[in-house]
Amino acid sequence: MTAMPPAATAAEMMLPRKRVDYQPWYVLAAILALTWLWVGDSATWLTLTVAGLAMGMLLFIMASGLTMVFGLMGVMNFGHGAFITVGAYAATLVLLRLGDWLQADAIGLNAAALGLALLAAVAVTAALGWIYERLIIRPVYGNALMQILITFGAATVLQELVTAIWGAELIPLTRPAAFDGAWVFGDAVIEKFRVLCAAAGLLVFGAMMLILHGTRIGLLVRAGVANGEMVQALGYRVRTLFVGVSVAGAALAGMGGVLWGLYRQELTTSIGASSLVSILIVIIIGGMGSVGGCFLASLLVALASNYVGFLAPKAALLSEVGLMLVVLAWRPRGLYPISH
Amino acid sequence: MSEPLLKLSGVHTHIEQYHILHGVDLVVPRGELTVLLGRNGAGKSTTLRTIMGLWRASAGSLKFDGRELAGMETPDIARQGIAYIPENMGIFAQLTVQEHLQLACRSGKPDAARLDWIFAIFPALKRFWHQPAGTLSGGQKQMVAIARAIIEPRRLILVDEPTKGLAPAIIDHLAEAFVQLKASATTILLVEQNFGFVARLGDSVAVMDGGVIVHSGRMADLAADQDLQTRLLGLSLAAHQ
Repeated sequence: MTAMPPAATAAEMMLPRKRVDYQPWYVLAAILALTWLWVGDSATWLTLTVAGLAMGMLLFIMASGLTMVFGLMGVMNFGHGAFITVGAYAATLVLLRLGDWLQADAIGLNAAALGLALLAAVAVTAALGWIYERLIIRPVYGNALMQILITFGAATVLQELVTAIWGAELIPLTRPAAFDGAWVFGDAVIEKFRVLCAAAGLLVFGAMMLILHGTRIGLLVRAGVANGEMVQALGYRVRTLFVGVSVAGAALAGMGGVLWGLYRQELTTSIGASSLVSILIVIIIGGMGSVGGCFLASLLVALASNYVGFLAPKAALLSEVGLMLVVLAWRPRGLYPISH
Repeated sequence: MSEPLLKLSGVHTHIEQYHILHGVDLVVPRGELTVLLGRNGAGKSTTLRTIMGLWRASAGSLKFDGRELAGMETPDIARQGIAYIPENMGIFAQLTVQEHLQLACRSGKPDAARLDWIFAIFPALKRFWHQPAGTLSGGQKQMVAIARAIIEPRRLILVDEPTKGLAPAIIDHLAEAFVQLKASATTILLVEQNFGFVARLGDSVAVMDGGVIVHSGRMADLAADQDLQTRLLGLSLAAHQ
């Protein structure tokens, strides 16, 4: 006896296969092509595009956890920005002490310092995410109004705690020497750190896709996002998944905070709160709960912001909201809505 | 007579301020297909959800093979060997048919012989193996939901209105599937409003009204008694046909 279905017959080959919706990606390609024509100068376009890709990947790292938490738990965590802040500040414990390593003329030491900083941020924010789920989120599952109030409150408390511990003054951050500076290709200037951020974002996205689509835990998370009650009825503890996703989401935000701080080369206690609006726009555009949608939306938001900032500086402030309105007019539940 | 597999005694359920079940007494004999009938709002679905722990019983006892289910979490109830097919089928729209069955296999991979048995009952599932379940028709989704419930042997299957919204040809196919499930000695508690569908399948029957069981007995007796049907259901089997 054979368990797997036999090879498809000719008639079965006619049946519809799993459809992948590429339309939003065609939109991205069209935007890239149109802006290249509009900007006119390829070097300027390349610089803007790489900067947008880097910014987009940072947005993705910071937003992916929030969209997963919303998708799986139905919780809109307005305290997510605080994880970004805490992560960035936790990393300063390493970055400020390992200044010599960061400035050393040895890529190994530079990478080690950055790796340790990321590790510190991830460890602190993961622990914070676990405590946060137990103390803040768990009592208000299913109560949207209370979620908004309590997570806003928690964000304020955490930000004040960071101020109390590290002070309100701006902290200048030094990028690792090997990732500082830029490569120049003709007239195009490509900052090394931006390439590093883009690579980190792609790595995180790849890892998330691998886990979500290649492991049993990922299967459970995808099922839980669609119908948590049914996953419970199949004998799985959705609560445990909630905790895992909360911790992972907070850790990703912390990691994003470190890279975002280094990207800006300075740190203030508002780093998380000031990113939250962009993050919310990203997860709305992507389709609440969709990691793939979040990835594409991050790219669209960051690229739109860069292109509009260059082509029509006065409209730059409206680019994110404008993009969101256009996308929602096209797809009211976002680019890749999760079906329940 | 052996102990029933499931026995509900005086079960009350409140959903927020609403008192839905008012002391349900229900017996589900081992190896039988028990049908729970009743009009809309009688409390049938709430009874199934209360058994699964999706709504908490506010009073009463739910004994499964002698073990008290009241107070248990839903995953623990499922792990007693109880499968649940909700009225909306509980399909994960973006998961493929294969992923649905993988997920339902708590022991890991589906057993080859068991999968062959399921393909024999629902051949269509082979064709749609890699298809996201959200793209399937209502009848095909119901097949996925049933296959998911039986991919591993379960001691009790709770099914909520499986024929709702389905075409007559699909309903006949589902009836065949339940006949085969009965033949495998699986105990089933089936909530239905389609009396014509369950009159052929049921061994025992309970009728609910206003959150309580108002009649219980053998299905053959109810199917043969038009007056009783009219009194309990408002319509006789003859009127259905």
